[in-house]
Amino acid sequence: MTVDVKAERRALIDEVLKEYPEKTAKKRAKHLNVYEEGNSDCGVKSNVKSIPGVMTVRGCAYAGAKGVVWGPVKDMVHVSHGPVGCGHYSWSQRRNYSNGQMGVDSWVTMQITSDFQEKDIVFGGDKKLAKLIDEIETIFPLNHGISVMSECPIGLIGDDIEAVAKKKTKELGKVVAPVRCEGFRGVSQSLGHHIANDVMRDHVVDKAAGKEFDGTPYDVTIVGDYNIGGDAWASRILLEEMGLRVIAQWSGDASVAEMERGSKGKLNLIHCYRSMNYICRHMEEKYGIPWLEYNFFGPTQIAKSLRAIAAQFDDKIKEGAERVIAKYQPMADAIIAKYRPRLEGKRIMLYVGGLRPRHVADAYGDLGMEVIGTGYEFAHSDDYQRTTHYIKDGTLVYDDVSEFELEKFIERLRPDLVGSGIKEKYGTQKMGVPFRQLHSWDYSGPYHGYDGFAIFTRDMDLAVNSPVWGLTKAPWKAA
Amino acid sequence: MPQSADNIKDHAKLFNEPEYQKLFESKKQFEGCHSEDVVASQAAYINTWEYREKNFSREALTINPAKACQPLGAVFAAAGFERTLAFNHGSQGCTAYFRSHLTRHFKEPCSAVSTSMTEDAAVFGGMQNLIDGLNNAYHVYKPKMIAISTTCIAEVIGDDLNAFVRNAREKGSVPEDFPVAYAHTPSFVGSHIVGYDAMVKAVLSNFWEGKERQPGTKINIVPGFDGFAVGNNRELKRILDAMGIEYTLVSDVSDVFDTPTDGTFRMFDGGTKLEDVADALNAKATFALQKYCSEKTLEYAESKGQDVASFHYPLGVGATDELLVKLAAVTGKPIPESLERERGRLVDAMADSNAWIHGKTFSVFGDPDFVYGITRFLLEMGAEPVHLLATNGSKEWAADMDALLKSSPYGVKGQVWAGKDLWHMRSLLATEPSEFLIGNSYGKYLERDLGIPLIRLTFPIFDRHHHHRFPVLGYQGGLAVLRTILDKILDVLDVETAKTGISYDLVR
Repeated sequence: MTVDVKAERRALIDEVLKEYPEKTAKKRAKHLNVYEEGNSDCGVKSNVKSIPGVMTVRGCAYAGAKGVVWGPVKDMVHVSHGPVGCGHYSWSQRRNYSNGQMGVDSWVTMQITSDFQEKDIVFGGDKKLAKLIDEIETIFPLNHGISVMSECPIGLIGDDIEAVAKKKTKELGKVVAPVRCEGFRGVSQSLGHHIANDVMRDHVVDKAAGKEFDGTPYDVTIVGDYNIGGDAWASRILLEEMGLRVIAQWSGDASVAEMERGSKGKLNLIHCYRSMNYICRHMEEKYGIPWLEYNFFGPTQIAKSLRAIAAQFDDKIKEGAERVIAKYQPMADAIIAKYRPRLEGKRIMLYVGGLRPRHVADAYGDLGMEVIGTGYEFAHSDDYQRTTHYIKDGTLVYDDVSEFELEKFIERLRPDLVGSGIKEKYGTQKMGVPFRQLHSWDYSGPYHGYDGFAIFTRDMDLAVNSPVWGLTKAPWKAA
Repeated sequence: MPQSADNIKDHAKLFNEPEYQKLFESKKQFEGCHSEDVVASQAAYINTWEYREKNFSREALTINPAKACQPLGAVFAAAGFERTLAFNHGSQGCTAYFRSHLTRHFKEPCSAVSTSMTEDAAVFGGMQNLIDGLNNAYHVYKPKMIAISTTCIAEVIGDDLNAFVRNAREKGSVPEDFPVAYAHTPSFVGSHIVGYDAMVKAVLSNFWEGKERQPGTKINIVPGFDGFAVGNNRELKRILDAMGIEYTLVSDVSDVFDTPTDGTFRMFDGGTKLEDVADALNAKATFALQKYCSEKTLEYAESKGQDVASFHYPLGVGATDELLVKLAAVTGKPIPESLERERGRLVDAMADSNAWIHGKTFSVFGDPDFVYGITRFLLEMGAEPVHLLATNGSKEWAADMDALLKSSPYGVKGQVWAGKDLWHMRSLLATEPSEFLIGNSYGKYLERDLGIPLIRLTFPIFDRHHHHRFPVLGYQGGLAVLRTILDKILDVLDVETAKTGISYDLVR
């Protein structure tokens, strides 16, 4: 990266900051930086409160706990406890695929709520919650558990959902998990992940640790894969092919039985570090299960990850990994041969949640594309340290970027592709800049694994090279 | 290997491949799920009358309700005013949800800010967040108005917007004369249609209070919360222009939720001019196109001495006639021949298609006025409404609906379900099915589970594109609704008759 380009990007940051009131500019300055190669972190502050009034992209703890971690567990009924909105807006929006029959033995795509009214706020909702749990037993008798996902009012009116859950757990003999994920807790989705992990630890994993299980030396658990567009399946297929036995998926297409098996694996494989590292650390401390971060985006990282995973096992698995790589690499090579000429040299800006802003970088690299800007909604400092392994000198880094900053950065850097969320998609496209949603895979996917890389590549090509981008200017308008 | 560079299969096809089918089968041993027999037996049971009775005895549990919360409506209403920034006082996650929700329907950006209240604000109150938030929003986004609505946290701890806004002005967050409209919109009262009403009223009162009304001749039209506003508002304006009526559309989102892709992102676009909002006090009358979206607003307009009238999402013949007749009566402007011809064309189309629709049964769900408007049009076509459900429908709405059904011999099968959810609807359709279902994208689960074809005609439509760009109100809207319904009826017939080839007719 030339000195000039870096200086230009720094100047761009200054220019954007000038639009803020002084106090705000000072705060935001700490979250924006141009990465200097060799540094051990990205030089940005993270995981602090968003500034009122500047249109953060972030969500809340409920979104992290219900929307991300617990919601995909398919044979549980997840109750959005409180007023109707939170459950409504998160209803069937994450595309966590699962096998099962809706309303019979699976509830992932439903909106189940206590629909608080004014009287519930005034008199408290514990009685309603207890009654609602009984009604769930009647209406959905095949459920294997219930989670109570607290919305803002619950923590403010002094409800004791833990007491209700405890009583009902005893009565029903199954998991009734009280999750204190009120949206005002913490600064983003991230605390919601943490709270969700803790409840999983206390109400599922530890309680089930005594259950019998016929283990093998090759048992692994996939952690932090929410099966968006089928990601976890496209990952599982590779692990099984190399000879491992996947005894649980956390939490995409997961069942309670899989969650309960947390203490039984030989190795925990974690994809989304940010949202589920907590439970991995717990399983390591309490049950001595090691954990390993892996990256199944793009053939370079997939092969690297498969070998790293295999290194934890015997030669049979190591050979298995080589066999898997040898089987799929030609397909990946054919994909690259077909698409790389169309994508080579294209510049991309990313802004996603807590993992993808770094994890997808090498998949783009496999296609000859370059990440020129990246940032996270809810990362912590350890994520920004990990990011340095993926990004190049001079990359623009933005933490908890405001829509205003992001728009200015896109306008000035004019990337060939932006990868971010639904809220950013259409505004970016109005600017004539191609876009792919990197939360929901833009209704496509899977993007994990070799099968996913093919789809990922197709999708990036159809976005970048769509003829529609050549039509944005009316011919009678002077250029 | 299922995947190749020549034939890339995504989720829609990939998982049907034998490799993945085998994976699913083998995963079952780890899932501890119920046996196929148990699942099949429960799946059959939820379609029975016995289950329906259990389902209708729910008192605490709500399942798949067809309603959102107040501030969503407030954000939507705010977006319809000139360069107005929707501003939520509460937790930031709410705002992210409102923006995503509206964006998923319109496929357009939706801008709104939050005061990002967290634990400390819960303890000490959110005043400082509001003061800082107003200051930042004013400087960064340069709005002409800020429209504040509240989310749960602010309501539960009792933050007082009136006092907070006054303090913010004193502290210089925004200039003294800068318009800040504000509405308390608790999510545990009513639904998005109530929040819409609260915000429209708040904006009007922001400009009207303390002003003397000089009665004029213009008409105010409040469209209501409407996912088809892009198409509908333009159609409304066309009708009003055709009649030569001077009007103010109060909250018009048709531009901001339909900006061009031409290289520029417009955070704000169009909307009701603020000077027109101020002048709207002097209007002769205020019409609400959706009664249950504008109850407080109409009360307020009436209290200022205006004539008021409300409608139920007028579309089709009779409802549009009533709207035009009322407009003509209030303004003294005659209904032009051009509109009369349009009316005749709609009647012509209904006569042409009559045989395919007459006697067909339909269930409808959605917001109260939508359900009313569609039901009325179905009755006009000789179709027979069956289950008519509005989760946010009141007793008063149910009475309106009952009266409507009684007004037509085709209404005898109609059952009105106020306050029920879509899991109730599932039981209703499983035990007393209709041939078709009209509603929004959430109906697709009912379509799949019960085999009843879904016709998407109301917000939110997430899984189909561009419907909202075309009007469904008025005579023209009636035509579009007629065509949409008819297409579904004939598509279904084609699929069914293709199986044998008998009745797979070229001319229908």
